[in-house]
Amino acid sequence: MKADATHIGIAAIVPALPRGVRLRFDESRQQWFLLGPERVFEPDEIALEILQRVDGARSVEAIAQELAAAFAADRDEIAADVMTFLRGLADQRMVDL
Amino acid sequence: MSDVETLPQATPARPVLPPPMGLLAELTHRCSLRCPYCSNPLELDRRSQELSTAEWKRLIDEAAALGVLHIYFSGGEPMLRRDIAELVAHASAAGLYTNMITSGVGFQPAVLDAVAEAGLDHIQLSVQAIDAKTCDRVAGYEGAAERKHAVAAAIARLGLRLTVNAVIHRENVHEIPGFVELAEAWGAARIEIAHVQYYGWGLVNRARLMPTRRQVETAMAQVEAARSRTAGRLVIDSVLPDYYARYPKACMGGWGARLMNVTPSGRALPCHAAETIAGLSFDNIRDSSLSEIWYRGAAFNAFRGTDWMKEPCRSCARKEQDFGGCRCQAMALAGDAAATDPACSLSPLHEKLVALAEAEAASELSDFIYRGYQGV
Repeated sequence: MKADATHIGIAAIVPALPRGVRLRFDESRQQWFLLGPERVFEPDEIALEILQRVDGARSVEAIAQELAAAFAADRDEIAADVMTFLRGLADQRMVDL
Repeated sequence: MSDVETLPQATPARPVLPPPMGLLAELTHRCSLRCPYCSNPLELDRRSQELSTAEWKRLIDEAAALGVLHIYFSGGEPMLRRDIAELVAHASAAGLYTNMITSGVGFQPAVLDAVAEAGLDHIQLSVQAIDAKTCDRVAGYEGAAERKHAVAAAIARLGLRLTVNAVIHRENVHEIPGFVELAEAWGAARIEIAHVQYYGWGLVNRARLMPTRRQVETAMAQVEAARSRTAGRLVIDSVLPDYYARYPKACMGGWGARLMNVTPSGRALPCHAAETIAGLSFDNIRDSSLSEIWYRGAAFNAFRGTDWMKEPCRSCARKEQDFGGCRCQAMALAGDAAATDPACSLSPLHEKLVALAEAEAASELSDFIYRGYQGV
């Protein structure tokens, strides 16, 4: 089925932070930042949970599974949300998909 | 039930000033190129005045402790400093996101390798024009274009994250699509298409650089078209020419709000043109800590917030949006750094400024006054 095929396509993607993009904790502000060329993103709690799992090894499927377990939520819904979030960053060249 | 209400009210605290986001480290004013719109001041610092390696390292440590996130190694040409790789490594180890802004000219290829090895996060390479002859003439350096292509290839080989910097004026304003194609061909993830800002050298050369309103409109449409064509592959950031704009730019994101600039000899400035404002005095990082200068320095506090504003800014609904525009431009064009930036359509000087820009844009092309140590 078409929807499943799309789902499988998304799930297999392994996102990574490219060279020149850094996720770091700033002590002076006690806050996490995603830094790139002329870009400063302040991830909220959920965004941070996703970004901390973007390591070039975990697939979107794996990330969604971990988050679903941690937050007792529906895995497929989470996978879709994770993908939407990562696509937004990929458009800014802040994540490689 | 509250005795508390009868107690004197505490004075409402001023909002706490956040630390700076970025530090522009102008390592040197030395540069092989002589671009007529250079953002360095008309009076350039000499090599003998430059901060030492130890002084820059101390400054980097102070910046990291203060909360700076991005450091921009710039100049002049930063790779003319023999310690550039050492400073990049130091900043990287301190947790800073390291950027370097280069002309691509005047250093040995091995220096770039060393900088990449030191952990540079992002490199910005300037291109003066797509046409090689124009590129060389604007840069005031024969062979500049050829050299930049070689450096771009080296950057790709090293896998560094690249931004192409294109400064736009009347002699290359028709090349917007070409700049975008070049950025793609070089494997850049981002291009900055920035119209000349008219301070210092740019102001001296304004008549030679100012495009017509029609050229600017065409260029803006071409940027939009390129954005849709390259969406998801290339980030295109553009800086508009403010003379033709309706509202002024929110210069530096507000005076003393986001950025610090340190000159080769250690003067800490709220922006690179701040020294053109008469009556301001600037602290040197040789005498004060970066934190002291950011929070308590006289220059950094001179135009913070909105209390300094006059009309029409003071009662303007946009005053927290664009902060009355640029203080240096107000100084240069209105003779008063606290005036409304004449780039704003609400400034009484705006119409005159637009007429001047249009007249200059229509004037004959003439030779550039090149940037150099001899001054204007």
